[in-house]
Amino acid sequence: MDVKVKILRYNPEVTEDAEWVTYAVTLQPTDRVLDALHKIKWEQDGTLTFRRSCAHGVCGSDAMRINGRNRLACKTLIKDLNPDREITVEPIKGLPVLKDLVVDMEPFFDAYRSVMPFLVTDGHEPSRERIQSQADRERFDDTTKCILCAACTTSCPVFWSDGQYFGPQAIVGAHRFIFDSRDEGTEQRLEILNDKEGVWRCRTTFNCTDACPRGIEVTKAIQEVKRALIFRRV
Amino acid sequence: MQRHQYDVVIVGAGGAGMRAALESSKRTRTAVLTKLYPTRSHTGAAQGGMCAALANVEEDNWEWHTFDTVKGGDFLVDQDAAEVMCREAVDAVLDLEKMGLPFNRTAEGKIDQRFFGGHTRNHGEAVVRRSCFAADRTGHMILQTLYQQCIKQNVEFFNEFYVLDLLMVAGKATGVVAYELATGELHIFSAKSIVFASGGFGKVFRTTSNAHTLTGDGMGIVWRKGLPLEDMEFFQFHPTGLAGLGVLLSEAARGEGGILRNKDNERFMERYAPTVKDLAPRDMVARAMANEVREGRGCGPDGAYVMLDLTHLEPAHIDAKLPDITEFARTYLGVEPYTEQIPVFPTAHYAMGGIPTNIRGEALANNDDVIPGLYAAGEVACVSVHGANRLGTNSLLDINVFGRRAGIAAAEYAETAEFEELPERPEEFVVELVEGLRNATGSERVAAIRADLQATMDLNAQVYRTEGSLKQALVDIEALKSRFANVAVQDKGKRFNTDLLEAVELGFLIDLAEVLVVSALERKESRGGHFREDYDKRDDVNFMRHTMAYREVDAEGNVNIRLDYKPVVQTRYKPMERKY
Ligand SMILES: Cc1cc2nc3c(=O)[nH]c(=O)nc-3n(C[C@H](O)[C@H](O)[C@H](O)COP(=O)(O)OP(=O)(O)OC[C@H]3O[C@@H](n4cnc5c(N)ncnc54)[C@H](O)[C@@H]3O)c2cc1C
Ligand code: SF4
Ligand code: FES
Repeated sequence: MDVKVKILRYNPEVTEDAEWVTYAVTLQPTDRVLDALHKIKWEQDGTLTFRRSCAHGVCGSDAMRINGRNRLACKTLIKDLNPDREITVEPIKGLPVLKDLVVDMEPFFDAYRSVMPFLVTDGHEPSRERIQSQADRERFDDTTKCILCAACTTSCPVFWSDGQYFGPQAIVGAHRFIFDSRDEGTEQRLEILNDKEGVWRCRTTFNCTDACPRGIEVTKAIQEVKRALIFRRV
Repeated sequence: MQRHQYDVVIVGAGGAGMRAALESSKRTRTAVLTKLYPTRSHTGAAQGGMCAALANVEEDNWEWHTFDTVKGGDFLVDQDAAEVMCREAVDAVLDLEKMGLPFNRTAEGKIDQRFFGGHTRNHGEAVVRRSCFAADRTGHMILQTLYQQCIKQNVEFFNEFYVLDLLMVAGKATGVVAYELATGELHIFSAKSIVFASGGFGKVFRTTSNAHTLTGDGMGIVWRKGLPLEDMEFFQFHPTGLAGLGVLLSEAARGEGGILRNKDNERFMERYAPTVKDLAPRDMVARAMANEVREGRGCGPDGAYVMLDLTHLEPAHIDAKLPDITEFARTYLGVEPYTEQIPVFPTAHYAMGGIPTNIRGEALANNDDVIPGLYAAGEVACVSVHGANRLGTNSLLDINVFGRRAGIAAAEYAETAEFEELPERPEEFVVELVEGLRNATGSERVAAIRADLQATMDLNAQVYRTEGSLKQALVDIEALKSRFANVAVQDKGKRFNTDLLEAVELGFLIDLAEVLVVSALERKESRGGHFREDYDKRDDVNFMRHTMAYREVDAEGNVNIRLDYKPVVQTRYKPMERKY
């Protein structure tokens, strides 16, 4: 089928302004948006720039705004997009655009790194594994699935308007450890999240949950962290 | 151009690179250079698990694991290395658990274990539960956990830096040259030790489970230095790629009870491997599938694939143990695995060969001598623990055991060594490479050449090979080399020029495809992942040896591939026929 893909192009080496460019491509209904981008880059315009690696939704490289919604290009099939209309593709919002669909990921990773996203323990290391019941393991399963793609954070209106808020992903990253029965860093982590630019900025708009390509219940995780802060226990 | 100096430079931030970095950065000043953000590395795509004889759910010991590894590798495994890996496997898993990895648990709260192909109790008696796992995202959890530890330990990363050359002075490794994607700037890193952990090269094939970025850069770089590559003819084709796409469905699907069926709904593996059936080693299953298709028992309109049947499993069990891969089937093929069988066909998966190393991770210049300062670990390396065919779960194990070992060895060497004087213009080679491509005015496109390379490799060097098919591949590669000399990139800029880097990566792929095919042509036997229809038996008299390929330039400047051989290290196990 013939599809029109309209892409927001930007290259400061060439011009200061971003502009929409429309490309015509022939695709299969089961092709992914990533296939469309590749076809354009490989057959029409080699300067089109985007990140990608795994091509099946596990590495988190290619979150972008497709028809106005954050998604992974490699997990979005053309047939699911109403391909009779033009498909629009633009970079995720709220992070500085560097070229075409490539944004500066450093602020996003900084936010992740700021919540101590690692297991904190004290005392003696056991010689074998730490024991954890199946129920305790299940407690934080959802948030372990995160691939750091930034679809959630860059769909959040608070993140767009407030340069300081660290965004939903950082809370997901913290949740994964706060609710891990083996972890002993909860107090410190909750202190970081309790900051005035922390979890309390969340307005529960559910954009993040809708955007997450891993199906993580982001808003629920944020609510659980808020509750843990109020009652000071998990 | 910028200059940096570190005791240890690690190239790659997948499982092997980060495991090495955790060791080395504790001991010496370490930099990790990676063309992808660490968490984008393809280790994150690994699904099924990591084997270790923990004996958490049934009797097991590391010696049985060693035997399975050696037998699975069709006796081309260096047995000393396999012993090290299987012995250290237990600690490797426990270390990850202590770092926070969320393994699935048994009812008693211990790390759970499940079946995986080729892993058996007491030297082949019956299948054994040895694979430690976190649902079907074990690799994701390993990659995340190692990255989290790197954050905790303040490991220094240079993200989106493409290493394109290795600097050598008087036979010693002394640094690397990297290209910064964001700016196009070159960086010279002087180092006492360099660890390559840059992953595999599955993109020489069209149908592959590998990421777009797995283009064999590390192997390509050392190859161009005249250093050897070992056993490059051995490439693993995983039985269950989604038909037409190559996206992997883990062997865990069969470990959890999935069954392969042909168009008559027959469980055909019963004919090929009566004891372990669907859980036979990958090379056997892949060939059996290809054979079913060749003999007209394939499914679908063109009879081009077979079916993976999970429909007899409880949906709740599928959701608990195989959530991601069943979602791949739904997303990409529109198939509902609860009720429908999934179309599958072998997909190029894993490079058994690579940069030869010893069990300390030191890279070898020939059969005996190490290259001072150079290390390799993970899929880029060939220790060789996988021999002619890697067992499932043994790569996640390999990257942890030998990543750790290489990190320690590199740091220990750096503590005693001095920085070496770098060559006069260390950047020269990379400037020529990059500017040559940027300014080229040819008429060929990178993508067209790459597609033709992948097509000939799929057709001529896949599951079944013959002298004729391999010679055809060589002819095609020769033609592609001349076309590549006439390639042009469209993006002439400095900033995020991925157009340019795809051309550089294609250069590596063409080189490696040629080494693979030349090595395969000379191996006139069938062993593990390398199957020659014209020599369909294993030949221990003539070929119980590793291939060592060297790039040589003669007086007229012609490049030739010279093949040499290296003995296999045998300790306890004598070669026997590989029956399952
Ligand atoms: C879909 C899939 C499922 C798998 N499942 C399993 C499993 O269940 N069990 C198992 O044991 N194995 C499995 N494997 C195999 C295993 O995952 C890989 O072999 C292993 O993860 C490789 O790890 P690595 O660290 O060597 O390389 P990778 O994780 O591929 O990392 C390579 C790193 O090198 C960097 N790099 C590459 N080139 C350059 C360059 N020029 N300059 C700078 N950096 C560079 C990249 O940025 C990346 O960080 C699977 C593989 C696939 C594809
Ligand atoms: S929570 Fe979901 S959307 Fe957010 S970064 Fe993680 S995977 Fe992406
Ligand atoms: S390319 Fe990896 S998530 Fe899309």
